Amino acid sequence: MSRKKLSRRQFVAATALTSAAMITAPYVRGAHAAGKLSIGFWDHWVPGANKASTDIVNAWAEKEKVEVQIDYIPSQGNKNLLTIAAEAQAKSGHDILAMPTWWPHAQAELLEPMNDVMGDLIKQNGEVNGTVKYLGQSKGNWLAVPASVGSQIKGPCSRIDLMKKHAGIDVQALYPAGQAPKADSWNLETFLKAAEACQKAGVPFGIGLGETSDNVDSAGAFFQAHGAALVDEKGNLTVKTDAVRQSLEFYKKLISFLPPDVGAWDDASNNKWLVSGKGAMIMNPPSAWAVAKRDAPQVAEQCWTHGFPVGPKGRYAPYLSYFWATWSFSKNKPAAKSVLRALSTPEAIEKMCVASGGYDLPGYANLTTLKVWQEEGPPKGTLYHYPNPHNHQTLSIAAAPAPPKIAQQIYTQATMTKMCLRYAQGEAMEKTLAWAEGECEGFMRS
Amino acid sequence: MADVALQPSSTAAARTAQKRSGLRNVLGRKSTIAFLMALPLILLIATLVIYPAFYAVHLATLNKSMARFVGTGNFEFLFKRETFWLVVKQSCIFAITAVIFKAVIGFIVAHFVHNIPAKGQRKWRGMLLVPWVIPPAMSTLAWLWLFDPSYSAFNYTLSFFGIGPIPWTGDPYWARFSVILVNIWVGAPFFMIMYLAALKSVPDQLYEAAAIDGANWWQRIWYVTLPMMRNIIAITTLFSLIVTFANFDIVRILTAGGPLDHTHIFATWAFRVGIEGSDIPLGASVSLFMVPILAVAAIFILRDISKRGNEA
Repeated sequence: MSRKKLSRRQFVAATALTSAAMITAPYVRGAHAAGKLSIGFWDHWVPGANKASTDIVNAWAEKEKVEVQIDYIPSQGNKNLLTIAAEAQAKSGHDILAMPTWWPHAQAELLEPMNDVMGDLIKQNGEVNGTVKYLGQSKGNWLAVPASVGSQIKGPCSRIDLMKKHAGIDVQALYPAGQAPKADSWNLETFLKAAEACQKAGVPFGIGLGETSDNVDSAGAFFQAHGAALVDEKGNLTVKTDAVRQSLEFYKKLISFLPPDVGAWDDASNNKWLVSGKGAMIMNPPSAWAVAKRDAPQVAEQCWTHGFPVGPKGRYAPYLSYFWATWSFSKNKPAAKSVLRALSTPEAIEKMCVASGGYDLPGYANLTTLKVWQEEGPPKGTLYHYPNPHNHQTLSIAAAPAPPKIAQQIYTQATMTKMCLRYAQGEAMEKTLAWAEGECEGFMRS
Repeated sequence: MADVALQPSSTAAARTAQKRSGLRNVLGRKSTIAFLMALPLILLIATLVIYPAFYAVHLATLNKSMARFVGTGNFEFLFKRETFWLVVKQSCIFAITAVIFKAVIGFIVAHFVHNIPAKGQRKWRGMLLVPWVIPPAMSTLAWLWLFDPSYSAFNYTLSFFGIGPIPWTGDPYWARFSVILVNIWVGAPFFMIMYLAALKSVPDQLYEAAAIDGANWWQRIWYVTLPMMRNIIAITTLFSLIVTFANFDIVRILTAGGPLDHTHIFATWAFRVGIEGSDIPLGASVSLFMVPILAVAAIFILRDISKRGNEA
């Protein structure tokens, strides 16, 4: 058995080599040389839609040598809101987290500014709509990057046959596929007459008045069509105005034409209403139509998504924007910003929109005319007007233009739908207004 | 001299031996062993209950953006809110009504089960416990479908008798009725099983003596059963009152607090304000408001139990 003796020179050389290797190791461009990144995306309703986001992120990670972990967080049971609140409290969590509508403002103090990213994305994809600015900007600073995934317009989805038969309205003629809307006659008066006719025919419009998002969004759009706001952009109370009174009068009439149980509707109720064939119209993104395509094809082939009726102060549609935000305590901000750019290229956005069957709606001006909305069917062109391609209506969100932190309270507490219900159930107008004013005063606490 | 020289070391040795035997004695005590065995649970409770409780108190003293100490400012704000008092009223109606009905139904069913011959009793006990054993979130989903505004199975059945449709979750009073009904359905088996255990421990001789004295069934219940079950009734009521006051899942799933906030209770409104409304300090204040109410109830009930214990 031979035993090799280590010389002093050999020992020094080996030690020097090992030390050099250990010191330089982090700088060698290995598989995950640029570190780790954790992402919390919203878990999409549409089966298979998550895969498009995963593929885009993985391709970016491969190129940038970043180890990525993606969690898909559902909004079912407000799991996503709980995650946002928990990470904000713990000052620890995902490097990128999907935040719906009001949450970038709610967590504004804890978010990494995105001005540099948004400057480039606006140059690349066109200007963002007013609601995205309202929800995503604070004092001129971008709090987060608008996400196409989950963003949506909750416009009317009508039954072509029932509207023609009972209300004498051809929604395809008002909103022809591939052409600008010819909907000047589509106003609040026509809308109420159609609602009455369909109710008499036993297929009432399915517009909820519960406390969940779909219900609040519709009320918001109708209030804005009357020029009504509960709190203005400066934070002043504007509850006791003629515009609010007109909105309540309008809703009182509308409620008499709706199913009697709308006060208890949640976000699933209107979908079920359409898919079951019981109603002539609902206010929803194309998810209800997509379900009908699978479960009730005879209903789906009669659905047409189009714009809101015009009111005395304009034509408004609810736009709910999702955002991708990065915490200020994120451990890998450069990588987070880099992947957000990759997720916001026109190609990536189109890929995600296609994967969602046209449900996702980017907030950038240049990306509202993608092929997916022109081609989806049956009937072909049913989604053509969904992304508001001709800027026919103003995209807004209920409770705007109040300062977002106040508006979030008005929205979450469903103050507008409660006002409509109270007044429709016989409460005196001034009492309803006084109640709402008291509520809004409470929402102003800082 | 030698004695004097040896004294310090012998004293030290004696002290060490004393210490060792003292430690052995402490370790050997039943109470110490019990404490050590309970220590993991104590630590678990400290981490998961006591720390969050103090953290909630801390949160409740901050302003909305959690940047400033406001003392009792959040509570003062709540006291001025109409909706808050509506929630207080509803929480009391919800908890008290549900607990009373759970106790009454549990008491009656426990008597029925107690009178079933021993052979078939296990089967009935098992079946009657099912509502309590199923996670409430799951069973409430089934109730939600039964109460569905547009497709209620109850309304469908009632329509054959020319009744309805009843707005189970759409009308404030029916909605209150619905959430209380589901809570009773979930919680009554707990009362039933506790009362059944208490019934089995009442000595038969007492009933025999009462029968000899000519007591009817009502007198047997009033003068024998109820006095023998008083402590278990008190403990069960207290326990159920706490759990029902703090209920979240049933109301959240069935009505989410609607319509017009008429079914909100502390936990659901705290969630609405704190999580959905991003006002965590106010949400913490709402949920903490349960503590004094429950503490008062606990003091009265436990004082009554210990008084009777002392009398015995």
